[in-house]
Amino acid sequence: MKNRLKVLRAERDWTQAQLASALEVSRQTINAIEKGKFDPSLPLAFKAARLFDMAIEDIFQDEH
Amino acid sequence: MNKLKQMNADQYKDRNYQNTRSLRNWTMAWTLSMAIAAFAPKYLWDFNIIISMAAIIISLVFGVGMLLSNRRYLRGLDEMQQRIMYDAMGLSLGVGLVVGLTYDLLEDIKLISFQPEIAHLVIIMCLTYLGGIIAGHRKFQ
Repeated sequence: MKNRLKVLRAERDWTQAQLASALEVSRQTINAIEKGKFDPSLPLAFKAARLFDMAIEDIFQDEH
Repeated sequence: MNKLKQMNADQYKDRNYQNTRSLRNWTMAWTLSMAIAAFAPKYLWDFNIIISMAAIIISLVFGVGMLLSNRRYLRGLDEMQQRIMYDAMGLSLGVGLVVGLTYDLLEDIKLISFQPEIAHLVIIMCLTYLGGIIAGHRKFQ
């Protein structure tokens, strides 16, 4: 699954640690999601969507 | 940035820190109580049954406390950290079962001359668990 988390975070000038705190996860998890090594659960994806005021599909896209 | 400020920014870190500290304290208490239950009957109270039973019960209570604390710790982790831990636990359990039974078999079929020790199995499982955690972190790095 692809995602635009890194771009969206950079646009807002947030650090990985700040985003991690806002989503209540570790910085390592944000890093893994941004690199596409870990796919977040639906609740976490919804939380990210709420934080960025966007629809889930605008942040996360299926690669198939 | 306002959104970030509105949220309780350090909630995850704080909770994790508290849970880790609690788990450390319970683990230390349990380890100490186990050591007392194992060695004190011989060196301190000359195998007095009542005191030995009390020591065993206290050790069991601390053991249950440690298990509950570990459960709270695991539930407090985020989903990726939980997955790393559960993968490591699964690996450790599997290796413990296979190696433990094989180790026991070695003595039964006279391939080793000494009695298999449960401590050896615990060491194997701990090392496997540790290796699993390290491998999990590397996988998602």
